[in-house]
Amino acid sequence: MAKINEAAKQQILEICNRYKDEPTPLIMILSDIQNEYGYIPLEVQEIVSKETGISVAEIYGVVTFYSFFSLTPKGKYVIGCCLGTACYVKGGQQVIDKFSEILGIAPGETTSDGLFTLDALRCIGACGIAPAITINGTVYPKMSVGQVPQVVAEYKAKEGVPA
Amino acid sequence: MEKFERILEERGLSEKATVNQVGCFGFCSQGPFVKIFPEDTLYRLVKLEDVEEIIEKDIVGGEVVERLLYVEPLTGEKVSKQDDINFYKKQRRVALRGCGVINPEDINEALGMGAFIGLKRALSMTPQEVIDEVLASGIRGRGGAGFPTGRKWQFAKNSVSDIKYVVCNGDEGDPGAFMDRSILEGNPLGVIEGMVIAGYAIGAQNGYFYVRAEYPTAVKRLRIAIAQAREIGLLGENIMGTGFSFDCHLRLGAGAFVCGEETALLNSIMGKRGMPRPRPPFPAVKGLWDQPTIVNNVETLACIPFILREGAEEFAKVGTERSKGTKVFALGGKVNNVGLVEVPMGTTLRELIYDIGGGIPGNKKFKAIQTGGPSGGCLTEEYLDEPIDFDNLVAKGSMMGSGGAIVMDEDNCMVEVAKFYMEFICDESCGKCTPCRIGTKRMLEILTKITEGNGTMEDLAALEELSQTVSTNSLCALGQTAANPINSTISHFRDEYIAHIVDKKCPAHVCKKLMQYVIDPEKCIGCGMCQRGCPASCITRTDYIAPKHKLASMKIDSSKCVKCGACISTCKFGAIEKR
Repeated sequence: MAKINEAAKQQILEICNRYKDEPTPLIMILSDIQNEYGYIPLEVQEIVSKETGISVAEIYGVVTFYSFFSLTPKGKYVIGCCLGTACYVKGGQQVIDKFSEILGIAPGETTSDGLFTLDALRCIGACGIAPAITINGTVYPKMSVGQVPQVVAEYKAKEGVPA
Repeated sequence: MEKFERILEERGLSEKATVNQVGCFGFCSQGPFVKIFPEDTLYRLVKLEDVEEIIEKDIVGGEVVERLLYVEPLTGEKVSKQDDINFYKKQRRVALRGCGVINPEDINEALGMGAFIGLKRALSMTPQEVIDEVLASGIRGRGGAGFPTGRKWQFAKNSVSDIKYVVCNGDEGDPGAFMDRSILEGNPLGVIEGMVIAGYAIGAQNGYFYVRAEYPTAVKRLRIAIAQAREIGLLGENIMGTGFSFDCHLRLGAGAFVCGEETALLNSIMGKRGMPRPRPPFPAVKGLWDQPTIVNNVETLACIPFILREGAEEFAKVGTERSKGTKVFALGGKVNNVGLVEVPMGTTLRELIYDIGGGIPGNKKFKAIQTGGPSGGCLTEEYLDEPIDFDNLVAKGSMMGSGGAIVMDEDNCMVEVAKFYMEFICDESCGKCTPCRIGTKRMLEILTKITEGNGTMEDLAALEELSQTVSTNSLCALGQTAANPINSTISHFRDEYIAHIVDKKCPAHVCKKLMQYVIDPEKCIGCGMCQRGCPASCITRTDYIAPKHKLASMKIDSSKCVKCGACISTCKFGAIEKR
C-alpha cells in the first residue's frame, strides 16, 4: 500500500482536530476522511488512532462495519444501483446485472483502470422514479436495461476512453 | 426554477410574481410540479420548454394552461386545484404539514405557518402537563413498533439525572420508505420544534438528529434550519425567555440498516460499531453516554407540534380506537400514483391503493401489498377492506413498520420477493447474535435453492422451522422480524412455493431458471428484430411461414438463452411470451 505523504498526513491531523471538543468523534472523523480521500487504509487508521487514543482494532472494527467506509480506493465514477423494494420490483436487478456485464465487474468491485466502481445501494428514497441509479451523487431516474450501454459510453467518452 | 426567475426578471414581472422553492409535494410519479398562487393552480410534469407558456398564459394572461393539468386516470377529467385531485382528497396532513407549501430554507415561512406556537404553549405548561397532553393524544411511535410516545417520555422523565438526551431517529432504512426524508426536506423546523418540546418534557438539554448519509438534501436543510433557529433564539440558552435551554446537534449515519434499531443507533452516535444490545436497561433509563435518553422517529416528532398547538383532542379526532391520528405511507411499486400520502389511521388498504393510488397500471391484477419493509409481510386481496392501524396489521400477519407500502401485481413472484428481503436482511445482519447471523444465511440458501428449481418439500418444512427459531431467539427486532416476509408469503402463497418445488414452474415467470421465452409461430411475422437484438445469438429462423405472413417465423433455442428479455422488448407484434 502506498505511503502517506506529508500533506495528506497534515490534512488527516487537521480533520481529527476539527472534532476535538466532541465526546465521541470517531465516525465524524472517518466520514470526513472517506469523503476527502475515497478510502481509509490501515496507515490512515494508525494516524487517527495516535491522534484520538482509540485503538486501531476498534477503528478497524468501525471502518469495516459501515458500508460507507472503504479500505480500498473507489473508482473515479461510483455507479450506485438502487435495489430498494420499489426499484427491485420495477427491474433494478436487471439494470445492475447489465452494468456488471458491460463493465466486467461484480457489484462492490472497481474496474482495473480505476474508472468505475459498481455498488448495489439499499433504498435511496427515490421510489417515485424507480428504478433509480446514482453516479457520483447524480440521480438517473427510471433506468432501463436499454439505457445502460449509453450511460457507460457517455462517461467513457468524457474520459476519452474508447467504448 | 432558475428559468422562471430569469424570464420573470427579463419581462419586468419580478414585482408581480415571486418564485419560491418548496419541499416535496409527495406525488412523485407526476413531478416536477409548479404551483401558481393565489389561484392554487397545479401544473404537473413541467418541462423547461413549458416555463415560458406558463408565464405568458397564466401569470400574465390569467388563463389556465390546460395541457399541463393533472388528469384523473379513472375518469379522464382534468383537475386544476391540488385539493380536488383524488390523490390528495382523502389525505389529511399533520406530519407532512407545510411540506410542499413553505420554503424549507427560510424560517420566516415556517413561522408564518404557525411553527413554534406549539412550543410556546408547551413552555407555558409544566413538563408533566406536556406529557399528559401527549399521552391523551394517544400518539404511538411512527418508526415501526408503535410504542405509545407519551409513556416513553414518562419513563425518561421519571429517570433521575441532571443530564438527559433526546434523539431523533432519521436512519430511515426500510427499502421503499421515504417519509422521513421528505419531512426533513420539506419542513425541518417542525421536527426541531417537536424535539425541543420533548426535551422540555423530559428535562433534557441536548438533542441529536441521526440522519442517513444517503440523504444529502435533508442533511443540508436540517443544518440550515438548526442554524436559523439558533440565530433567533429558538434553540440555545433561555428559549423564549423561559429559562429553558436546549440545543440540537446533527450526526450522520454511515450506511448500516441495523442502526435504525435504537440501541444500535445510540452506539453509532457514540462512535462505535452500530450493534444492538439487550434491553433492559431501556434507553429511557440508560441511553446516550449512559444517561436517560428518548429515541423518537422523525414522523413522530413532526406530529408533536400539532398536538401541542391544536390540542390532544384535535389530534385524536381521527384514527381508530387504539391508533390515533394520521400515518404517512410511501406508496410505491405497481401503482399509478406513486408518492407520499398521509391518511387517517383506519383508512382501508383499498382506499389507499385504488382511490388515492389510482389503481394498478396496465389493468394488471392486484396480487399483494407489502407493508412494513423487510420486517413486515404481504397482504392479499381478501384483506383490502381491512382498516390500517398498528394492531390490525399485526393481527393480519404484517405490520405498520415505518410506512412503506409496495403494491405488487400478477407479474411479481412471491418466492422471489421473500428471497429479495432475505438477501437484504442477511446483508444487514450485524452478526452479533447467532440465530440472526447464521439463520438468515441458511434461509436465504433454501430460498435460492427453491427459486432455482432445486427445492424439495423438506426444504419448505425446514424453512418454516428455521423462521420460527430465528424469530424467537434473535437479540433485536431486525432478527426477530427477519422471517416475517417468509411466513406471510408461505401462508398466503403456499401454492407458489409448491409450484416452484413440485412443478418446477414459476407462475409469475420471474425466476429465470424456471421460465423460458417462446415465440408464437402464428404471430411472428419474421421481421428478425429479435435476432438482431439477442446478445446470446440464440434466435434462428425456422422453415415455417404462417398463413398471411411472408417470412418464416423465428425460434429461440432455450438451451442457449440467457433470459435477458431483450427480444420481448424489441418485438412489436407481441409474438414472444414467457412460459
